[in-house]
Parts: sequence; structure tokens; C-alpha cells
Amino acid sequence: MEKGLSGLRGRVFELSDVFYFSKKGLEAIVEDEVTQRFSSEELVSWNLLTRTNVNFQYISPKLTMVWVLGVLIRYCFLLPLRVTLAFIGISLLIIGTTLVGQLPDSRIKNWLSELVHLTCCRICVRSLSGTIHYHNKQYRPQKGGICVANHTSPIDVLILTTDGCYAMVGQVHGGLMGIIQRAMVKACPHVWFERSEMKDRHLVTKRLREHVADKKKLPILIFPEGTCINNTSVMMFKKGSFEIGGTIYPVAIKYNPQFGDAFWNSSKYGMVSYLLRIMTSWAIVCDVWYMPPMTREEGEDAVQFANRVKSAIAVQGGLTELPWDGGLKRAKVKDTFKEEQQKNYSKMIVGNGSPNLELD
Amino acid sequence: MGSRSSHAALIPDVDHIRRETGFSQASLLRLYHRFQALDREEKGYLSRLDLQQIGALAVNPLGDRIIDSFFPNGSQRVDFAGFARVLAHFRPVDEEDATIRDPKQPEPLNSRMNKLRFAFQLYDLDRDGKISRNEMLQVLRLMVGVQVTDEQLESITDRTVQEADEDGDGAVSFMEFTKSLEKMNIEQKMSIRILK
Repeated sequence: MEKGLSGLRGRVFELSDVFYFSKKGLEAIVEDEVTQRFSSEELVSWNLLTRTNVNFQYISPKLTMVWVLGVLIRYCFLLPLRVTLAFIGISLLIIGTTLVGQLPDSRIKNWLSELVHLTCCRICVRSLSGTIHYHNKQYRPQKGGICVANHTSPIDVLILTTDGCYAMVGQVHGGLMGIIQRAMVKACPHVWFERSEMKDRHLVTKRLREHVADKKKLPILIFPEGTCINNTSVMMFKKGSFEIGGTIYPVAIKYNPQFGDAFWNSSKYGMVSYLLRIMTSWAIVCDVWYMPPMTREEGEDAVQFANRVKSAIAVQGGLTELPWDGGLKRAKVKDTFKEEQQKNYSKMIVGNGSPNLELD
Repeated sequence: MGSRSSHAALIPDVDHIRRETGFSQASLLRLYHRFQALDREEKGYLSRLDLQQIGALAVNPLGDRIIDSFFPNGSQRVDFAGFARVLAHFRPVDEEDATIRDPKQPEPLNSRMNKLRFAFQLYDLDRDGKISRNEMLQVLRLMVGVQVTDEQLESITDRTVQEADEDGDGAVSFMEFTKSLEKMNIEQKMSIRILK
């Protein structure tokens, strides 16, 4: 801000200061960092899906033929295959976990539940034609830890559970999701919350702390952004997950947009149409990087720790970092940010004590 | 290139807007996409709420005043023409514009005078053509929030008004405003490069 306001400390207010703020304001109107993160990434070259055809207008007859062929393959061949696979995967999951849930608690039960989870997740990922590359498997999250990742879509969960079992955290849903949730919790302890409990932050933290304290329990999977972002950047990490204590295992997930867009724009598409879009894309190709565990250092508060982890994930995944809250797409921004700006400006015009005021 | 025009044809009144604002076809298209992105409910116009949703604008101390400039005369909606018109004030000034301009045509929206007028109306709430001491105080208060005491703010205001006020009426008229800023490089301070 100092540079924009002719860079002198302790300068006085001038009529032209208003230019700086109005220019910044209008720049934000023309383009702001947040809104563009909630629409799908634009591609450099077309990948033959109409939905990504934003900028490419001219389509030759040959290209149209190829595109029609692509549509036929995707809708008539791939889609039924995938839907069948998904159906098989989900049914197996429900049946498997219910069966395993009948067994008494023992090591065999845990081993079996892991087997069921892994197998069914792998089937489900195949049903989306997912190709996943895992990097640095030696840093895979251990029991009793918290796994933290950037969030692009509900598919993230599938992608991570294919390579290891996690305890999930989330709200209790109704319908198909609810059935799956109830079945899963029989086989291994996930942490599902009632909607009313979610509002009580202390309750949530308490339950999570209990889970983490038990070193035999699976690592918890949390997405601190709180909402789906379009996989080009990482937004503010909410500090709640970082207050629990324990070791944090950061994971970076980056999808390759050329084969299919995994971003779930929840204000635009419902779950079913989203799944349909995913299943009629070419494939889901992504990279998963496991990163060395991090713990909160002395004298670091939860917010700073959250930012540190966020930077690490952004750097690893090749994403840009934004300080904004993902919740901005629904709610208005907090006044504290405006106060920051006001404070900075005041410091400049009044800041160095009162030399500016001793004019008479 | 030919395919672009099919998009531009979607913009209502595009020729009229282009003449009025001086934006290039590409910039206008870009602004139109932006307009549509901000208009989440696809109403065809923007309301105050749509603009307030922009995070970077909401934290701007002058955010509300800037939003007000899109809604002159108490209107509650701004269509694309109005949107482009306000943004045209921040179009960078072309060197050639100044020399080959036909003097009979109205001044382009991004001329120095019009840029100054835009800044002036951020101060002049009641649109009486003068920035009163009170209006100056209000804008200053917006920019500093609660960080500065009333006395300090009042003395800053008094000093500023005294410096600019030539005819001694205790308020800053548009002419006085322009005069006090004559040395300032307005063209550069109030231009957004990407709006070429």
C-alpha cells in the first residue's frame, strides 16, 4: 500500500489518496482472485468435451467427426461400464462392511475391514477410470495422526482411501450416503456428526481429540478448506483441525484437467449430475503427494501452523496460495480484513505520532 | 478471429457501448464475461449485493462508495452498459486519443477531466458540486476506520480543505479540486492496464 500511496512514511493525507482505493476497488471488480477459483479451470487445448469448449469456437468438419466419435464412446460404451462398476463397488462396500461389523473386535476384524474398504474403493475408482500416481509413499499417514489435504471434490476421499484406510469426519447424511456411512462405521470407527453437533466446535474438537489419542485408531482425514476449490489454488485453511494436536500428515492432490474436470461446483451441479459428468469424461488422472509429517512448533499458534501446512501443500502440488476463505463464495467477508486495510492507511497518515498535526 | 464476433453479437447494444466507452472488442468481451460471472442468478443486471460479494471489494475501505458509483440517481440495478460506462473511466489513456480527437465529439470517458470527476463524486455524496468539510470528514473516516480519533481527523480535514479552498467558501469545488491535483499524473493513477 505504501508504494501505491507515493511511498513516504509519515506523509500527510492528500485528496488523491482516494485514487489508490478506488483503483484497487475497480481492479477487484474487473477481476478478483476468489471468484475465478470457483469455476472450472480453463484448458490450453481442447479435450473433445463440450463442457470445456469455452474458448475454442472454430470446429472443422473433421474435428466434429472426431468429437461425435468421442461422444459415442463416452456415452454408449464407457458410461454403462462405469455405472455397473460403481454399482458393484458400492453394494460390495455395504454388504462387506455390514458382514465385517458382525465380528467381535479383534485384529482379524481390523484386517478384514481394511481389506473390504480397499477393495471396494479400488473398484469405485476404476468405475471412474481413475489413474492415480502416488508419490513418496513412505510418508503415508500413520495411525493416530491427522491427514490434511486440499479439497476439489468428494472424489478426493475415494482417491485417498484407495491407498490406505482413514477415519472420515463428516456430517451424517440421509439417503444412499447415509446407508454407506452407517455401514462403514460398523466395520471401523469413523467420526460422523449430527448436523446439530457440527455447530458445537468444542464438541467436535473433543471427539476428534479422543480419536487421535487412541494410537490404534486410523488416521483422521480432514479437508481444512471446508469447501471445494477448482484445483488451481489453495485457500485459507480453517484453524479448527490444527488445534487438535497430534501429528499432521499433509497430502497434496492435483488433478490433470486434460482428461476430465474433477471440480465439483456445488452451486451449479447437484451430486448426481456431477457424478454423471465425471463418468462421461475421459478419465480422472491425478497425482497424490504424501509429505513429511508436521507438528505445531513452540510459540506457533493454530493459524500460523495452518498457514505453514497450506504453503507446503501449495508448493508441492504446484498450486497458487490464496489467503481468502473458501466460504466467501457463500458468505460475506469478515470485517477484520477491512480493518487491516484501515489500520495500514491510518498508520501512514497519522502513524508517526503527531508531527503531521503540529502545523499551527 | 472471425469466431469472436459471434460472441460479441451476444452483447446487447455492443456498437453503442463501444463508441461510448472506447473499449476494444476484446476488452468489451472480457468485461461482458465478467459481468455474467458476477450476475450469478443470470438476471441480466447487477444489484448492489452482487458487487458486495467480491471479497477484495468488500474489504476496501471505500468499497461502498465505489459500489454507489455504479448506481447513480438512486437506481438499484446496473445493466452491462452502465457497468462498462463506469469502468471506462479507468481505461488507460491512449496517446493518440488526445491528438486526433474530434473536438466536436463529447470527451471520452477516460479523459483526465472525467477521471477527476469520478474521484470527485466519491467525495461529493449529495452531488451538489462541492466537497463540504463534512463530506471530506466522512471519506477520511471510511479510510481510517476506528484507528484515528475525531480530533486528529478533524484537523487533517481542516488542513486539507484550507489548502485546496481558494474562494474561501469552506468547501472544495470541482475546479478547486482539479487545480490542487494539476501536477498529479492522474492518467496513470486511475488506469487499469488490463482494460486496454
